[in-house]
Amino acid sequence: MMEDLRKDPDYTLFRPILESDRRFYWAVAFLGAVVLWALALYIRQLIYGLGVTGLNRTVTWGFYIINFVFFIGVSHAGTLISAILRLSQAEWRRPITRMAEVITAIVLAIGGLHPIIDLGRPDRVLNVFYYGRLQSPLLWDVTAISLYFTASTVYLYVPMIPDIALLRDRTTKFKKFYTWLSWGYVGTERQKHILERAMTILMVVVIPVAVSVHTVISYIFSMTLQSGWHSTIFGPYFVTGAIFSGTATLLVVMIFFRKFYHLENYLKEIHFRYLSVLLLVFALLWGYFTFSEYLTGIYGNEPMEMRVIRFKISGAYAPYFWMMVICNFVIPVIILSFKKLKRIPGILIASISVIIGMWLERLIIIVPSLSNPRLPVVSEPYVPSLTEWSLFAGGVAAFCLMFLLFSKLFPLISIWEIKEGRAEGLEAVHQRLESYLPDTPAVQEGV
Amino acid sequence: MAKWGMVIDLNKCTGCGACVNACRIENNIPNVGEEEAQAGRALDWMQIITEYEGEFPDVRVTHIPRPCFQCDNPPCTKVCPVHATYLNEDGLVGQVYYRCIGCRFCMAACPYSAKKFNYYAPEIPESYQVIRNPDVTRRMKGVVEKCSFCHHRLSLAKDLARFENRDLREEDYQPACVESCPADAMTFGDLENPDHKVATLIHSSRAYRLEEELGTDPKVYYLKKEDK
Repeated sequence: MMEDLRKDPDYTLFRPILESDRRFYWAVAFLGAVVLWALALYIRQLIYGLGVTGLNRTVTWGFYIINFVFFIGVSHAGTLISAILRLSQAEWRRPITRMAEVITAIVLAIGGLHPIIDLGRPDRVLNVFYYGRLQSPLLWDVTAISLYFTASTVYLYVPMIPDIALLRDRTTKFKKFYTWLSWGYVGTERQKHILERAMTILMVVVIPVAVSVHTVISYIFSMTLQSGWHSTIFGPYFVTGAIFSGTATLLVVMIFFRKFYHLENYLKEIHFRYLSVLLLVFALLWGYFTFSEYLTGIYGNEPMEMRVIRFKISGAYAPYFWMMVICNFVIPVIILSFKKLKRIPGILIASISVIIGMWLERLIIIVPSLSNPRLPVVSEPYVPSLTEWSLFAGGVAAFCLMFLLFSKLFPLISIWEIKEGRAEGLEAVHQRLESYLPDTPAVQEGV
Repeated sequence: MAKWGMVIDLNKCTGCGACVNACRIENNIPNVGEEEAQAGRALDWMQIITEYEGEFPDVRVTHIPRPCFQCDNPPCTKVCPVHATYLNEDGLVGQVYYRCIGCRFCMAACPYSAKKFNYYAPEIPESYQVIRNPDVTRRMKGVVEKCSFCHHRLSLAKDLARFENRDLREEDYQPACVESCPADAMTFGDLENPDHKVATLIHSSRAYRLEEELGTDPKVYYLKKEDK
């Protein structure tokens, strides 16, 4: 059986599941240690209370909420990009969709935990269900995130069924596990038809759900009366930022695994160039939204609003603010506008800079508004503690760890979709192209 | 139905801090210690906000004692996910410490920074045990708390009035801060009852409320400081 598999043209895609080298074990050990360290500090926080953070009387939301918004933002790229590419029948999507969907599922699970980490009484979290008030934006969040998590995990799982069936039939590892997960899929016409149908329905459902999630997260802030938060464009601004940071994360993940698992044959430069166009578009959109948001505030010159804006652009948070503008706008726009720079190293730099910039944006949105309360009460500066930094590192490490472990159980590139692309894609695209072209009128005689 | 409210005359307030201390004792407010207080985590329900105007030597200092404003349209209760802060039948904003999940959304939503969070489990020193008020619930780690207009005193006064078969009088219900003010700067009573002093004071030309334009409808009025 194994010999047979080795001859498969897509053996590279099976290989990470079948064999692991030393680098993998070292990575798992390191990431696991970081996660355990974060867990230990979280248990300490559970025992002593939120006093172990750097939060205070006015700045009551800090790293945990920043990371919550940031992680949920990153989760947007995946499912949304994958669904849009699938719906628009972009042929180049085939090696990308799976990784995008995995990002969503993992980051959403991590991000969704953050509000619970942030609670003063995590033991009472179920009160949200016992005494939940639908008027509270927090309840909207709970609803939207759990719906999105359900939809995106199902959307990750369903297109994976044929691959799981392949693994069941062609490998010897975890036979029972794959048999159980593959639901008896053998690839009959009827099964294929049902699968396609389920995927189409999920794609259409997942897009509005994804948009609603980050809109609702922005409502946590914009529904209050605080200056700097009470803004009508927060919904689309957050969604744009979310897709922006998500696309950047997807690019980084793709570049990393391309190298790590030698997927150069599948993830070609063209894939990165196409995706980086999306990144450029969102960098420009982000710039547009940020410009509109701040210009409205500055032009209106309302004193409370201005106090927060001054704090951001020329006060204590100015370094972070301008760093954010450079990371989110200047660097990606410069790199991605020039064909010469738009190679994989350039795209990697742009993507990493966007991820940092988008994290800073969440910081810039949350902390300055809380540091400048309406009444002139004394507000101490917010300095995150070791616990908060560690839990942040733990969150990032948990993401990398879960991604690595996933890659050892399931193929990171959809094998059946690649095979389908090879078998039918060319023909399908040819036919489609012909259907776009204007019909050539029959040559009339005597003209 | 009474509409309990407070009027604070900023001309009379000297910023002595008697109200802050009376509140601490009345409401079992734990002492967080110097280090925590420096970090901005003091739990005082009544806070004195000091405003400075002008340049030295022409500085004008205004002390503004700030309890919870018990807004009639409170921004904090709207955002609470679990009904742990709510507008109660006496028109006061209540806190249910045993239900609060500690999400601190109400703190973020309150435009007056009136809410306080228990970052650590509160510790009450041995010497304070004798002055503990049995009428006020002690809060636990991880919940939000704030001024209640000494709501326990209202319950007591209501019971007493019912027992004596009479209506509630102005002097029956006075919060600890108002009682303790040595400068007589604070007045408390039913804003809608013309027999109560507050009802006339809020029509003074000096009367105003903080951030009134937000539409929160606070029940604490200030009498503007005027230069003499």
